[in-house]
Amino acid sequence: MLRLLNIELHKLRYNRSAKILISTYFILITFIALIASIEFDLGPIHFRLADQGIFNFPFIWHFNSYIAAILKLFLAIVIVSMMSNEYSHRTLKQNLIDGLSKKEFVLSKFITVLLFAVISTFFLLVVSLILGYSFSDFTELSIVFSDMEYIMGYFIKLLGFFTFCMFIGILIKRSAFALGFLFIWWIFENILYGVLNFRFFRDSDIPEQIMQFFPLTAMSNIVVEPFSRLNFIKTAATQIGEELDKDYGVHWYQLLIVIIWTVIFVYLSLALLKKRDL
Amino acid sequence: METILTINQLTKRYGSLTAVNNLSFTIKKGNVYGILGPNGSGKSTTLGMVLNVVNKTSGDFHWFDGSDSTHEALKKVGAIIEHPNFYPYMTASQNLALVCKIKGVPKNKIDEKLEIVGLLDRKDSKFKTFSLGMKQRLAIASALLNDPEILILDEPTNGLDPQGIHQIREIIRKIASMGTTILLASHLLDEVEKVCTHVVIIRKGIKLYSGRVDEMNASNGFFELKSNDLVKLQQILEEHPSIGKITVNEDLLTAILEEPMGADDLNSYLYQKGMILSYLVKRKESLEEQFLQLTNETAK
Repeated sequence: MLRLLNIELHKLRYNRSAKILISTYFILITFIALIASIEFDLGPIHFRLADQGIFNFPFIWHFNSYIAAILKLFLAIVIVSMMSNEYSHRTLKQNLIDGLSKKEFVLSKFITVLLFAVISTFFLLVVSLILGYSFSDFTELSIVFSDMEYIMGYFIKLLGFFTFCMFIGILIKRSAFALGFLFIWWIFENILYGVLNFRFFRDSDIPEQIMQFFPLTAMSNIVVEPFSRLNFIKTAATQIGEELDKDYGVHWYQLLIVIIWTVIFVYLSLALLKKRDL
Repeated sequence: METILTINQLTKRYGSLTAVNNLSFTIKKGNVYGILGPNGSGKSTTLGMVLNVVNKTSGDFHWFDGSDSTHEALKKVGAIIEHPNFYPYMTASQNLALVCKIKGVPKNKIDEKLEIVGLLDRKDSKFKTFSLGMKQRLAIASALLNDPEILILDEPTNGLDPQGIHQIREIIRKIASMGTTILLASHLLDEVEKVCTHVVIIRKGIKLYSGRVDEMNASNGFFELKSNDLVKLQQILEEHPSIGKITVNEDLLTAILEEPMGADDLNSYLYQKGMILSYLVKRKESLEEQFLQLTNETAK
């Protein structure tokens, strides 16, 4: 295991663009703290975002895991190109000739992706703790460490997404096209939802029931948007007579769907590699 | 003698095209083997299959005594296929360090192997700055890192300038003299003739000849004859027991010998039969003619 990780890190260590993207990604996670400094000054309305309770425990777990997950696109580029470059540099062929098995190759990539997800989660945990202790109104331990399922959800979501990128990189073999495919797939899921919603199943929750099994939708379902939970949004909504009752929780079946996709993507990557002649 | 590679009835089909057809041969330790064949004859596909990058359609092969899986066995093999493939953004020694990690060998041999191929002074240059000849030499250094039991080279001089070709051949000869088994695939006859002791000739995926290079050359030779009555000459020659195949090309008749015979014997034989020759030459086939003859036979 360590040997495989070591091999993959060696490939990344000397790749300047990968290094820049990875460091940008982790620096940006720590910059979530900067949200604290956002202030609105609209004449009579004057407020600071940090005072709106977004950094209150345990809400901060939800808020930060949602915001941090947006940044995953930076690592998506790194992962897609670390897969497809092996094809375009033809180094995959050389790796196999040098005595790496196809299984070891996929495993070395997957372990690296797993490491990315673990480090991201750890970063998020530390940043949120620091932010929370600086701004939260409640700092009792029992409150601080409640709702931790969002961190768990963040980890599974990231791992699923990164494995998806890994598979696309192998499938498409060219990094630019692979990223394009990722984007097209995202549009495809949205259009499918739209078609289901407006054409076939009006005024029912069947479209949601179907869409939750698609990879990208499944991933985004794990941690839903936290904004409508904020006090000032809720107040605004009640004022215009809209009742917001949304399910913000992290559910085991959502996690399970993404975990199953992760397994499928790893398996498909290996199957594809085994089937192809290089 | 220890066997390094055994190939048995190996076949590869790409759709309706059969790239390698029931190929069988064995590689023994200590010899220098050549796989010779024109472009597209299935050399690279064969090597690809035994090197785990091309899936076989049927048949089988095993490395050494067959007790290891292919990818484990490949750690004891050094191989370069067609184009040198390395990470362009890494330096020569960083690339070699990666190969060491994959093969599971210590890194202390990197400088030694770079010295053999004459790249030690460029060890900290990025791979993408290398010329084709240097890339090919780096590939050889990389293949040597694990002190392999066998070195496999696929068209190692392809696309190089004469100086580069010479350098690569010198390196191959140096490695062969150290007792390493070598398997060299090439479409260049003199390359195989100069470097190899054994040869496997394939064409359209079919094995045509397999054996020692010097034995392949040991034919009895042939006569080239001219006379004003070629038809009669052919009739007379067909009666002679030592003469095999006869071909007529315009005014030149070629008679291939099945057993040794001197030009004087033939001349007196024909004179007795009342044939006067206007032209008589006895020739031995060069390896090149043999190669062309072998590869053309199946084309017809």
